[in-house]
Amino acid sequence: MRSLLKSWAGRGRIEILLTFRDRRTITFTVLLPLILLLVLSSVVHPESLKYVSFAQYLTAGMVASGLVYGGFQGLSIGIPEERSNGTLKRLYGTPMPRSSYFAGKIMEVIVIYVVQVVLMLGLGAIAFHVTIPTSATAIITFLWLSALALITFTSLGIAFSSLAKTGQAAAAIATPLVLFLQFTSGVFFVVTSEPAWMRSIASVFPLRWLCQGMRSVFLPAKFGSQELGHGFHLGQVALIMAAWSVVGLVLCFRTFRWLPLGED
Amino acid sequence: MRQLAWIGSSLASSRARTPESRRPTAASVTVCAVSAAIEVEGLRRAYGPLVAVDGVSFSIPKGSCTALLGPNGAGKTTTVEILEGYRHRDAGSVTVLGTDPARGDRSWRQRLGIVPQNCADLLELTVGECVRHFASLYPAPREPDAVLELVGLVDKAGSRVTTLSGGQRRRLDVALGIIGNPELVFLDEPTTGFDPEARRAFWRLVSALKAEGVTILLTTHYMEEADALADRAIVVNHGVVVADAPPRALGERADDLAVVKWIERGAAVERDTTTPTALIAELHARLGGELEGLEVRRPTLEDVYLRLVGEKDA
Repeated sequence: MRSLLKSWAGRGRIEILLTFRDRRTITFTVLLPLILLLVLSSVVHPESLKYVSFAQYLTAGMVASGLVYGGFQGLSIGIPEERSNGTLKRLYGTPMPRSSYFAGKIMEVIVIYVVQVVLMLGLGAIAFHVTIPTSATAIITFLWLSALALITFTSLGIAFSSLAKTGQAAAAIATPLVLFLQFTSGVFFVVTSEPAWMRSIASVFPLRWLCQGMRSVFLPAKFGSQELGHGFHLGQVALIMAAWSVVGLVLCFRTFRWLPLGED
Repeated sequence: MRQLAWIGSSLASSRARTPESRRPTAASVTVCAVSAAIEVEGLRRAYGPLVAVDGVSFSIPKGSCTALLGPNGAGKTTTVEILEGYRHRDAGSVTVLGTDPARGDRSWRQRLGIVPQNCADLLELTVGECVRHFASLYPAPREPDAVLELVGLVDKAGSRVTTLSGGQRRRLDVALGIIGNPELVFLDEPTTGFDPEARRAFWRLVSALKAEGVTILLTTHYMEEADALADRAIVVNHGVVVADAPPRALGERADDLAVVKWIERGAAVERDTTTPTALIAELHARLGGELEGLEVRRPTLEDVYLRLVGEKDA
């Protein structure tokens, strides 16, 4: 057991080194959300928004998007790249426990998320007077939401990674998909101002529910009346996120391939 | 030249942690002589309608260096990757170090070293980080620093992999293939992109591994490399073994006609003969003195190889 943990930690260290030395990862998973936060908070002031500043509203959505960038988008592009450049093949040929590869990826995603959240909250607090919640309830909600989102988006990213042959092909599908979900799930816009059909599509996917949960963390309780169901409904959020976690895990265990298609 | 000092350097020191039992003793040599590292019988693999490997059989003794030769598409890579446990097979039996690769577990993988083809991974890591990371994956690895010395990358230990030249990158691949202190090493076209000096230095490295008793299976497109390193050459074409012999004996190369060339009254003359010595004695008697432009040539491994894989088709 100890040697397994050591192997996981060793792989995690390598993944984190690779991530922070790769300019593209830093640009797309860390800088992009910060730039969006900075630009949108400066120019957008929707009239439909009650009780809070747009910066505060957007912070909740961008924190929710953090694991979508690092977990889903990062892995669904990064793993096909590693499958086509020989990383996976080389590791498969060693006695490394197979779980270490996934453990390394999960550690990488967690570290990126922590960096994202710290930078986003720091920027929000300094530039836009964003209030950072400190109550125990808010912190506990934040932690379980993050844990469910970590499982959901990491496993969906790993599952998605088996669809594309190359990282570029994966990026061409994953990037627009992430943008579409962000636009419809209430990251940038208030969900109640969306047309009904858009709301129904977004409600199928986990990001809408994660955003709603994160708003319960970052926005005052009275904002609940502005939500679709006139409340944050954390029980429902937990249930749907948990269901997506299971879907993600089943998909990623059933579809993961170490070798390129046709090379096994 | 300094770079090439890696050649003969202390292979032994890189095995600091080698269990004593692995060193060949008089008793174990006798055992090695009878046990095979790799045993392949009636191996078959098709990709849809294309039969890539069509009944290949061979056996590779422990401690030997075998070259697997054949043109692109002959079934070499499929065969090697089945042995490495990457690909599945449709039929036949395969044993690698006593285990069916299709059921190879971690303890089996600990005894193998694989140098794959076409790797473009590890980019933003340094050379030192790579060897240390891969060493950590094995229970009794070689010393990372000694392995870097062995492949001539000591000066590059702090450099990112992206900054390496093609040949240096390939040497890193070799370093990662032997870092686990394997009993059996697969070298898949290891010297592609090497300059002649680096290739010679690499040959000395392989010879040093052989001297330690490591079994080596090599695929290459360089016939002089197979000639220099291998005890045995297996030539495959269209998924079947077309020749299996020591390089010197391949295709009755030793008994083949010699080609004698010389220049007589300003004109180049060329003759095939089974008795080149007699021919030269006769020429010497007839023409006197030194023969101008004298050349005696036996077919090279490449000549024999091309005949085996080329002309047989035509």
